[in-house]
Amino acid sequence: MCRSVDLRTQVLAKNDATAERLRARLTARGTTVVNLLSSPGSGKTELLEAELALAGERGVPVAALTADLATENDATRLARSGAPVRQVLTDGLCHLEAAMLGGHLEGWLPADTRLLFVENVGNLVCPASYDLGESLRVVLASVTEGEDKPLKYPTAFGLAHLVLVTKTDIAEAVGFDEAAFRAHVERVNPGVEVRLTSARTGSGIGTLLERALAAAGGAPVHTPVMARTRADHGQADGHGHGHGHEHADGHGHEHADGRGHGHADDEAPRAHGHAHQHA
Amino acid sequence: MHEMSLALAVVDQVEEAARSHGAESVASVRLHVGELAGVVPDALSFCFGLACAGTVLEGAELIAETVPGRARCTPCGGEWAVGMPPDLCCPDCGTPAEDLLSGRELRIADVHWGAPRPAATGRPRVPEES
Ligand SMILES: Nc1nc2c(ncn2[C@@H]2O[C@H](COP(=O)(O)OP(=O)(O)OP(=O)(O)O)[C@@H](O)[C@H]2O)c(=O)[nH]1
Ligand SMILES: [Mg+2]
Ligand SMILES: [Zn+2]
Ligand SMILES: [Zn+2]
Ligand SMILES: [Zn+2]
Repeated sequence: MCRSVDLRTQVLAKNDATAERLRARLTARGTTVVNLLSSPGSGKTELLEAELALAGERGVPVAALTADLATENDATRLARSGAPVRQVLTDGLCHLEAAMLGGHLEGWLPADTRLLFVENVGNLVCPASYDLGESLRVVLASVTEGEDKPLKYPTAFGLAHLVLVTKTDIAEAVGFDEAAFRAHVERVNPGVEVRLTSARTGSGIGTLLERALAAAGGAPVHTPVMARTRADHGQADGHGHGHGHEHADGHGHEHADGRGHGHADDEAPRAHGHAHQHA
Repeated sequence: MHEMSLALAVVDQVEEAARSHGAESVASVRLHVGELAGVVPDALSFCFGLACAGTVLEGAELIAETVPGRARCTPCGGEWAVGMPPDLCCPDCGTPAEDLLSGRELRIADVHWGAPRPAATGRPRVPEES
């Protein structure tokens, strides 16, 4: 028996594959998923409530699923908009995964839903790594969080299709430096659109709905540099195409199938979850 | 913390490989973790130890190799280490990177099998058992 095996599989291959299937399934029935990410308390629920209400006025069939560690408060708030809402309690898990989302949609998501907004758990670390089958990933930051938030959470901001600044009604009071914030976003995600909003004053409300409808209509969505690898697999991709990384350990084991150990086949498909069979 | 979910995913995939290779124990698992993968290596190592308990990976070593983020500029053809926090615009001409060459990986590179477990070799197997 060979003493070692080159697995070369993505740790998140299962989630990526599930997300891909979910995206295909939902797209086929005319539903587009929007994934909302931010720190706790950035204003996801408040903004979403306003956007859902606007969608209702315009006759756009929308639905929302909100994930929290505990309490049904967010669902209660969102339901005031009149849209179908589902609360998911993650029971301690700090992010949503594609399989969890898929499971919660079974038997709940109304057939005619055009846009499904998913309010992820308030957390900028792990939700960034989990593709939920969304077509639009929106990252929010409130003016109270500091202009360097994008630098502290580069993976989250770096994979955003759209960045929304929230609570601009208090920007002046907290001395929010818009230019610095924009420069920091540009550094980790060049070219991504940044829009200012305030759920309190209504300023900038409607942007999210417009961008979501555009994505649903097939308009091209921004492709972040971080999501761009040579084979262009998409955002949750973790391939390091041609990264030129060499083993420093020089353990030089032989593989019975005659392949070297230089990881030259990194362009293998992302969901290729099999082990190479050694003779 | 999602490192536990990641550790469980690693264990899951290695268990599967161990079954198909007939391996009875695992000496080490090597991961490639990009700087921009959003993973804390220490937290991952800690969770890995917990996730391995009671599986064929019990006692396995986790070798997490950090892969630096690198990007490339199309107009000037240069490559640079993006650093942390990353800068994805070219340090020479300011053009946004065309793509990220490395830094987002979260990948199982290889697995080294260990010796057969004493418990499994302690008595001769009769064919009906396998
Ligand atoms: N001034 C001001 N406050 C706001 C605005 N939007 C939200 N808030 C307040 O900010 C706090 C948090 O808002 P939420 O909408 O609950 O934030 P969230 O991101 O959904 O929070 P979690 O779900 O807990 O992560 C609440 O007290 C809101 O009233 C706004 O536009 N302006
Ligand atoms: Mg909320
Ligand atoms: Zn998590
Ligand atoms: Zn350049
Ligand atoms: Zn090796």
